[in-house]
Amino acid sequence: MTVSAITLPLARRPWFIRSLQAAVIAGFIGLWEGLGQVGILDKFFYSRPSLIVPRIGGWLAEGFTPTSIYKDIEVTGIETVLGFVIGTLLGVGVGYAFARNRLLGQAFDPLLSMFNAIPRLVLAPVFILAFGIDLASKVALGVTLVFFIVFFATFTAVRDVDQTLVDNVRVLGARRRDVTFQVLLPAALSAIVASLRTSAGFAFAGAVVAEYIGSSVGVGRRIANSEAFFDSTGVFSGIVVIAILALALDAFLQVVEGWFSRWKPRRER
Amino acid sequence: MSAAIALSGVSKIYRPPRKKPYLAITDIDLVIGAGRFVSVVGLSGCGKSTLLSLVSGLLPATTGTVVLNGSPVTEVRTDVGFIFQRDALLPWKSVRENTRLPLQFRGVQRSEMDERVSGWLARVGLAKFADNYPHELSGGMRKRAQLAQVMVGDPGVLLMDEPFSALDVQTRNLMENELINAWGAAGKTVLFITHDLEEAIALSDEIVVMTAGPGRIKARYPVSLPRPRNVTEVRFHPEFVALYERAWADLRDEVTRSYERSLEAS
Repeated sequence: MTVSAITLPLARRPWFIRSLQAAVIAGFIGLWEGLGQVGILDKFFYSRPSLIVPRIGGWLAEGFTPTSIYKDIEVTGIETVLGFVIGTLLGVGVGYAFARNRLLGQAFDPLLSMFNAIPRLVLAPVFILAFGIDLASKVALGVTLVFFIVFFATFTAVRDVDQTLVDNVRVLGARRRDVTFQVLLPAALSAIVASLRTSAGFAFAGAVVAEYIGSSVGVGRRIANSEAFFDSTGVFSGIVVIAILALALDAFLQVVEGWFSRWKPRRER
Repeated sequence: MSAAIALSGVSKIYRPPRKKPYLAITDIDLVIGAGRFVSVVGLSGCGKSTLLSLVSGLLPATTGTVVLNGSPVTEVRTDVGFIFQRDALLPWKSVRENTRLPLQFRGVQRSEMDERVSGWLARVGLAKFADNYPHELSGGMRKRAQLAQVMVGDPGVLLMDEPFSALDVQTRNLMENELINAWGAAGKTVLFITHDLEEAIALSDEIVVMTAGPGRIKARYPVSLPRPRNVTEVRFHPEFVALYERAWADLRDEVTRSYERSLEAS
């Protein structure tokens, strides 16, 4: 008897689980729509899926104009990527330096802990005042969010790297930079990759929130505009667009993470 | 006979942060001739692993001098092969990539590198697993990969820190036999650390018994059992039995002493 011939119980078959998940989502949307139709959920505040879908359809049909949804997505996307990349590079650099230089790490520890304790989103108004309503303020907020996640991941990974691995390569003839590039950074990379989905999500959240607070373009701006006109359908449509983008980003990063985790035992992935 | 390893008046004090400094080993005088297989036997915590760290230069000696291949050890030495007790393969590199490391660090040509790596992987029986990651191998296979990684650099001196202690008895005997065969063929100097007296006698030309911490040399016994040996059969040789009894008497004293000391301390 082959392994595949063993019948799985229903509750563990993939198609059954998928159907169950689809049913939960359909149920949620149906409930929202139904409660709206019978008047329990006020359309003015909560809108309805049957209003949101055509609105998003309308946005998508507008074509590539400077005020279109595509332009908003492009701008938010650029802000997210820049915030993520800059925050990651800074986080890796500083995390590595602090892990390798104990005194430096000790000197900066209280200051960094203090900054980390601030809910970073309250810095959005500060950045908008300092960097203006364009790209820079959105990226700055994303950077502060991403930096700390990557910094702590890198710092811990480099500090706690198995000393046997370092000793082994040193006896095998590794120079200082070999130790860095063959052992310490790969060890940190695995922690960074593990934090990738969290930090990219934060970069995206930072961009959207900063847009919402002050900007002329972007998905966050679109929600703020709709809100100004008491247009709940516009607000929810914007939220749905953001949710779809976030899911797409997460799915992409899951693939990236899987690629970088090839060497790990399955249960640790 | 020239000395491959020479320690004189060596001691090592560890100073862990926020703890009392302690003396790991002291008064160590030990000369190991080139091509000899010498085992150091002692209880856990007697500082026998410290010896290897000092010889390889991973740690500096607190007092005394360590000379390796004719030059004093002042920094990490790359003219030794070090088989660590714990897994030392980089988990994110395949067996082949791991085995390549010593040659890569020395800037060996790619074609020569591939040839030597494949040769050693075949010798340790891992040719089929060259592209697997370490976690996909059994403990014994990982140890063999570690051996290939060290041997591919062709070091004249091998330092082995309880390399087989994590393996099951059968795999262990197999690897011990492979080791003495490879050693007999290559003529390398081996400094082998173990807490297993039988293993020490079966493999070595000489065994060094250490006292319980701080580690001192308690006794040295030459092993004149005929070679080639088979580690499972040599255990029944009369000389093996006699030597085992003498060395075990030494070790038993140390066990008793360290046990009494731990009772006093608590």
